[in-house]
Amino acid sequence: MKPFDYQRATDADSAIATVSRDPEARYIGGGTNLVDHMKLGITEPGKLVDITRLPYDSVESLPDGRVRIGATVRNSDLAAEPVIRQRYPVLAQALLSGASGQLRNLATTGGNLLQRTRCSYFQDVTTPCNKREPGSGCSALEGWNRHHAVLGASERCVATHPSDMAVALAALDADVLVAGPDGQRTVPVTELHRLPGDEPEQDTVLRHGELVTAVELPSLPFAVRSRYRKVRDRASYAFALVSVAAAVEVTDGDITDARIAFGGLAHKPWRATAAERALHGAPATEEAFRAAADAELAEAETLRDNEFKVPMTRNTLASVLRELTQQEGS
Amino acid sequence: MDSEITLRVDGRRETLSVDTRTTLLDALRERLGVTSPKKGCDHGQCGACTVLLDGRRATSCLTFAVANDDSEVVTAEGLAEEDEPHPVQRALLDNDGFQCGYCTPGQVCSAVGMLDEAKSGWPSYVTEDLDESVELDEDEIRERMSGNLCRCGAYANIVTAIREAAE
Amino acid sequence: MTGATRATSQGPERVEGRAKVTGTAPYAFEYPVTDPLYLHPLRAGIARGRIASIDTAAAERVDGVHTVLTHHNADALNPVGDPELAVLQSDGIDFRGQLVGAVVAETPEIAAHAAGLVDIRYERLPHDSEFRDDANIVYTPDADASPMLSPDLERGDVDTALAEATHTVDVTYTTPPEHHNPIEPHAVIATWDDDGLTLHDSNQGSHLVRDLLAPLVGLDKERISVIAPHVGGAFGSKGMPHGHVALTVLAARRTAGRPVKCALSRTQMFELVGYRPPTRQRVRLGADSDGRLTATEHDSLEQTSRFKQYAEQSASASREMYASPNRRVTNRLAALDVPAPTWMRAPGEASGMYALESAVDELAVRSGIDPIDLRLRNEPEVAPVSGLPFSSRNLVACLRQGAERFGWHERDPRPGTRREGDWFVGTGVAAASFPSLLFPGSLATIRHESDGKYRVEIGAADIGTGARTALTQLAAEGLEVPFEAVELRLGSTEQPNAGLAGGSAGTASWGSTVVDAVRAFRAEHGSDPGEGVETTAGAAGNPDLGKYAMNAYGAQFAEVRVHADTGEVRVPRMLGVFAAGRIVNPRTAHSQFLGGMTMGISMALHEHSVVDERFGHVVNHDLAGYHIASNADVGSIEVSWVDEHDPHVNPVGAKGIGEVGIVGTAAAVGNAAHHATGVRVRELPLTPDKFLR
Repeated sequence: MKPFDYQRATDADSAIATVSRDPEARYIGGGTNLVDHMKLGITEPGKLVDITRLPYDSVESLPDGRVRIGATVRNSDLAAEPVIRQRYPVLAQALLSGASGQLRNLATTGGNLLQRTRCSYFQDVTTPCNKREPGSGCSALEGWNRHHAVLGASERCVATHPSDMAVALAALDADVLVAGPDGQRTVPVTELHRLPGDEPEQDTVLRHGELVTAVELPSLPFAVRSRYRKVRDRASYAFALVSVAAAVEVTDGDITDARIAFGGLAHKPWRATAAERALHGAPATEEAFRAAADAELAEAETLRDNEFKVPMTRNTLASVLRELTQQEGS
Repeated sequence: MDSEITLRVDGRRETLSVDTRTTLLDALRERLGVTSPKKGCDHGQCGACTVLLDGRRATSCLTFAVANDDSEVVTAEGLAEEDEPHPVQRALLDNDGFQCGYCTPGQVCSAVGMLDEAKSGWPSYVTEDLDESVELDEDEIRERMSGNLCRCGAYANIVTAIREAAE
Repeated sequence: MTGATRATSQGPERVEGRAKVTGTAPYAFEYPVTDPLYLHPLRAGIARGRIASIDTAAAERVDGVHTVLTHHNADALNPVGDPELAVLQSDGIDFRGQLVGAVVAETPEIAAHAAGLVDIRYERLPHDSEFRDDANIVYTPDADASPMLSPDLERGDVDTALAEATHTVDVTYTTPPEHHNPIEPHAVIATWDDDGLTLHDSNQGSHLVRDLLAPLVGLDKERISVIAPHVGGAFGSKGMPHGHVALTVLAARRTAGRPVKCALSRTQMFELVGYRPPTRQRVRLGADSDGRLTATEHDSLEQTSRFKQYAEQSASASREMYASPNRRVTNRLAALDVPAPTWMRAPGEASGMYALESAVDELAVRSGIDPIDLRLRNEPEVAPVSGLPFSSRNLVACLRQGAERFGWHERDPRPGTRREGDWFVGTGVAAASFPSLLFPGSLATIRHESDGKYRVEIGAADIGTGARTALTQLAAEGLEVPFEAVELRLGSTEQPNAGLAGGSAGTASWGSTVVDAVRAFRAEHGSDPGEGVETTAGAAGNPDLGKYAMNAYGAQFAEVRVHADTGEVRVPRMLGVFAAGRIVNPRTAHSQFLGGMTMGISMALHEHSVVDERFGHVVNHDLAGYHIASNADVGSIEVSWVDEHDPHVNPVGAKGIGEVGIVGTAAAVGNAAHHATGVRVRELPLTPDKFLR
């Protein structure tokens, strides 16, 4: 790790100004990903601006039914928040499925969103990786790719996004509030993360100096019946092989609305719009669940070690929908 | 680049100058000689470095010391009284909830933090009903303690010990 | 579900328990030393070839860097027959990650930063890191690879017996490379000053470390101290000193007496401290209509490294387990450009018994005979190959008692028939066996301090086994004084010579030594010794050695659930029943068995070091990628043992318990998973994808 300068930000404007004018400067929140990367030599900031004392540490219910989550709210606090547990169980479960208790106490909402892939080759500076070193090649494409993408990948990069929380946020159609040197903007969370394409080094659409200040959840009454299911190699404390975030609305045995996102399948949390379309108006049957999964997975391209992700996703989605619709019916 | 910070460690006030690159864990172990928190992986993947940071369990290897100026750190050493271990430690002794002992201080801090979290009603991934209060059964303890790896394989005894300590 | 059986009410609490639960027991890296320097290793970025150039100038310019060590400036070491210890002695590269230098600096941060500035250029040679059955790389191990066992064994006519058998199985199992991953990384502090060389080291035997280092660095043994009072897990990986110890000693030689601290990173441990080699094992069994084995064939292929041979001969598990008139065992090695494997908990037995006990289960399914009954029908009268009587063999009791406790008789043998909610449920059984070894040559000093207080010193190691506590008990028992009246010191070359903590032989070897040394003390000083008198003595030889086959046994039972949609595998319940002679401390013995079974669950479900042959390295080289069981992966584990009095094994009557607990666990889990689903997975680990339908 190369030496760096550390500053604790006291107000957002000066923090944004500081980072914006210094290409080597980075924001740091809980640090659970950035500190790791600095140790691994993946990134070498010359300056860290600590944003954890900025006033972004609360969860507010807004008058229009939306819920605003400050960017520095810790993952564990967010999962314990009554409004999240009651109105958005999918989000609470996603948060609780991630990492471990002692990591969730450090990790922030903004940091969780912006965490980078856990691809073993990305994290190992002795192997080629286009995301880490553009143009060096993708070691995973023909290497160990059990955890890698089956949707939306490119020849340049087959990495997956590791966040659970972001998958739930994608299903919920959350917005990300961003402040930058040119003012504020709102980015739908489904558009925050990029597909790798020719520039896998770009994880998100954020520009240098932009700071995530909050995440807003829409008022989505039927999300009260929602679920996050994570399938992994260990029963706990492991990244997803496949995960499913889903909320469904059932009226008279038919699905009238559905929100579905997949984790572990792509370079970004994968909003399953084709599956949602297939479910819309369909009866809540096993057949319909599987057809919805197939609609979404039709474009899947598997690699040497991750063929299983297609049937695993199909089965997991069916399992989650079965549970949610039975719950609805009872 | 060095920076002066103040920490309260196990009740003692410590002022020291640290390299900004120094993690909280290394500051404790290499600078202050507080070796109760252990370094098992240095990447947040084992939990051996767990301490209570401002009252909450946290991996001390993934946070820079400089970012924790004015923080309160309690280690497994600080949890014990002069002549009596903390109830979690007592229960681990009673149930032989450790073997080599290297993950143990992290298990202790994690368990103490976890019991507080459960007492505050925090759910876990295995909590069936997120609206209900939490009953700390064995599955809940296992899930909540999964951030602390034990290679000697003392988990079953650790769970029994924590159940006992929770009572 | 309930927790583990509480055997903990019996037997004293660990002597060092208070220090461990508070974190004040010092491990190697934590020893307080004055003004230390920190060593960061440099490692090879290719799997085979040589270093063309190594530019250290940028690293040396960093403020706070003391020394950059490479093969250009390192001191010569004497050959001691272990290529792992010959660090920085040439420009050659034998495996990726090999130690090729070190940065020594004032702080760990400076050392790590400067290490990144060293520019190493290589001349590559083609490497081969792909484990496979290929005549170009496969050979029969040297006879000295495993002095106790020849690689091959043939009795009777296996081929004819197989051709004539009523029931046969012919199956191949694979086990992946596995890494020990003790939670304490390998660490050493080396101080080389006018007094000689002092090492605070994390090891399984301080005397062995000293015995190897003395000739390596050309110092008299008396001028070397090796100190390891507490060791944070080892499992075989700290049995022999590895390259980082030699590297740190080389560095300490040029720091004018300043201590040099080196702790390997978790990632470095995947290349520098050994691993369990992958195996491919073919098992062929033939049985008559009653299920009696007529033929047993077990052929194993294991990986070794080209630069250093290691052979654990996993097929040897089938030598003496079951009666079988015809038997063939072969062990082969595949030599590759990879790091050297080494002993890992139950080396040979863990992999070999996984294959044998899975195959026996397949035979049970094929023949329609209950798997416990099948094992009972093949119980040998005497050790099948040697013809020796067993000193004691209570496998039958383990199976019967286990069946009773586990509720085996309620089992419907048809696979894939029991489902609870989303989960298929099944149960499985496997047998376990591990040899009872005894390492000669240990000495213990018994000293009467005053007022009936004794000090016992033996250079043994407590790597978490509870050795310190069990030896204290044995000494107190022999001296007929209270437990508290004995202070036991171990872990250091300051104490008399003692063998390695390995082979599950600690209580047998050191315990016998303590017992016999106490006898010698009493013979010399009587029952009312004076203050400060002492006796140093070793164990008398065991006259029964070579006259009996000596093994510990066990029966492993597992309940497994496999999720019908996702294939996730859970082990909510296990039972292990063991026959291991005298159990000295039920509390710590319970933990040993429990730990072995837990590691066995981990082996069954998770562990797999994935090699990328293109680079020759383990890709998932950290604890996020290499999964060991977490708390949530381990359900209820019940441990019990049968009363067994074995007068032949050693004066203590204790067989080893540290390793037999992992033997058979993976087979029991795999057999249960088959019973749950009807899917027979023959490649460890049992990950969810293998059960998807």
